[in-house]
Amino acid sequence: MATMARSFLQAISKDEAVAPPLRVVQIEGLAVLKIIKHCKEFAPTLVTGQLLGLDVGSVLEITNCFPFPVRDDDEEIEADGANYQLEMMRCLREVNVDNNTVGWYQSTVLGSYQTVELIETFMNYQENIKRCVCIIYDPSKADLGVLALKTLKLSDSFMELYRGGNFTGDKLREKNFSWMDIFEEIPIKVSNSALVSAFMTELETDTPVSQGDFDRLHSSTTPFLENNMEFLIKCMDDLSMEQQKFQYYHRNLSRQQAQQQAWLQKRRTENMARKSAGEEALPEEDPSNPIFKPIPEPSRLESFLITNQVSNFCGQINGVAGQNFSRLYLTKALHE
Amino acid sequence: MAATAANEHTVLQFAAPSSATTTPILTARIHPLVIFNVCDCFVRRPDSAERVIGTLLGSILPDGTVDIRNSYAVPHNESSDQVAVDIDYHHNMLASHLKVNPKEIIVGWYSTGLGVNGGSALIHDFYAREVTNPIHLTVDTGFTNGVGAIKAFVSSNLSLGDRQLAAQFQEVPVDLRMVEAERVGYDVLKATAVDKLPNDMEGMELTMERLLTLINDVYKYVDSVVEGRTPPDTNIGRFIADAVASLPKLPPQVFDNLVNDSLQDQLLLLYLSSITRTQLSLAEKLNTAAQML
Repeated sequence: MATMARSFLQAISKDEAVAPPLRVVQIEGLAVLKIIKHCKEFAPTLVTGQLLGLDVGSVLEITNCFPFPVRDDDEEIEADGANYQLEMMRCLREVNVDNNTVGWYQSTVLGSYQTVELIETFMNYQENIKRCVCIIYDPSKADLGVLALKTLKLSDSFMELYRGGNFTGDKLREKNFSWMDIFEEIPIKVSNSALVSAFMTELETDTPVSQGDFDRLHSSTTPFLENNMEFLIKCMDDLSMEQQKFQYYHRNLSRQQAQQQAWLQKRRTENMARKSAGEEALPEEDPSNPIFKPIPEPSRLESFLITNQVSNFCGQINGVAGQNFSRLYLTKALHE
Repeated sequence: MAATAANEHTVLQFAAPSSATTTPILTARIHPLVIFNVCDCFVRRPDSAERVIGTLLGSILPDGTVDIRNSYAVPHNESSDQVAVDIDYHHNMLASHLKVNPKEIIVGWYSTGLGVNGGSALIHDFYAREVTNPIHLTVDTGFTNGVGAIKAFVSSNLSLGDRQLAAQFQEVPVDLRMVEAERVGYDVLKATAVDKLPNDMEGMELTMERLLTLINDVYKYVDSVVEGRTPPDTNIGRFIADAVASLPKLPPQVFDNLVNDSLQDQLLLLYLSSITRTQLSLAEKLNTAAQML
């Protein structure tokens, strides 16, 4: 506790100085267990919850968390939700739990979590807290023996762009911004208090092989892969739809340009005629003419997000396929 | 149960804790999250308190097992003869938890420290008013006797004739279990600090190494038995025989075909995902690099 107080003081004294970039997220075993339990209990419904902890230098410590009740979209439940949060925070404060919100967690299905809502929630949180992260947990991967916990943060450059509200091609090109720059993944460190560690060792002595290993050696990953492929195909469809939108926009734009040129030509000839007739020349631009109305360029945000998702799926498939290779070779060796 | 009226001495009797409607509690099943919670609360307790108490949430199964799934701490004050429990806090937390998971109801309460004392009996009384037959869990955070003992108790009232004498706490066997998802994270939870969560391939590597060690051990054991260095144990021998026999007996040709087919499937998937990735980078270049006029 003393070291915590000292570094907190240091953090405060650095007041206006820019905080060091977030390098590592340190999460307590307790919070991990709670997240796992909550997400698993309500699978396949997606659930969310709040993360509580401390922000110390370049490490964000997550010491506790609590789940949000599943809400239907209803007006009065909004106020209820806020009340619930306040109540929980107050109660936890009384038992000396850190009650600074440092982010939220949500469960996902097969890793399809990049949506606009995620970004909006991030922006909401960012208004109030200087640094917040989102933890994504995928309960379906637990069957494969993997702890699928990921920490995400919106990159700063993306946040600026989003606040500008402008996602046109020009802006993105000048910043050299690609779809990979939206989210930043931060490595996770797990820490446990010594007491807890002692208890766990007591409860389950070190076996040479754990159940997780058995799960990993299981060779039937087909349902997982099938689901992944399905999602991948759907996402590709979405992506191609977005691309069609762009093509449409380009076509419209070029058509408009052609129209403008034609109109301009007409004006010029008219002006020539007028000049020869000695009248005033008409202006070459006419903003009230509908063909001069600038067509809004569709936002690239959606396509970026979808691209992210697709790459996620690809990564997952790669990982599982790689594992399967090892498994197959293993069975081959065993058989001989 | 009626007292035997024939004798002059009334018999010390237990009030039956189980009536016709509630089943007697036989075992307690505890999820590791509860232990974590208790330890965390203990570490964070205010300096004046010697021990921490809190409520246990879970469900009672029809076969008499109490499934303890969650818990939260309740602030309380304890002096030599008085115990004060913050009841409002308890109810508030209960309501909040019920909002999230209405199936988890109060099943009892916990306290740290070994053994049961007078204060505990009073607190147990309070909880008995909330739920019939609460279960009391003690988690020995002081590690007395060098063991972190986790015990569960059920109380029954001792009465002499008409007067209530004492409450007797009977121990109930405790079963600590982990749900699969938690088991996956188990290694992570045991150490005091883990630097990196293992990802797919690393986890696979670890597993295979462990399997290899196991096989080596068995090999060495069999060798030493054959050479007469260790006395043979028929049980272990039977296990080994079972394990070896569990490999399916397929003619090598068929097996090779199987393996090759699976390999090809996996390769196809890898190829597909690589193509998709290439497509993505192409599409992006086209989109952002497109110049208007």
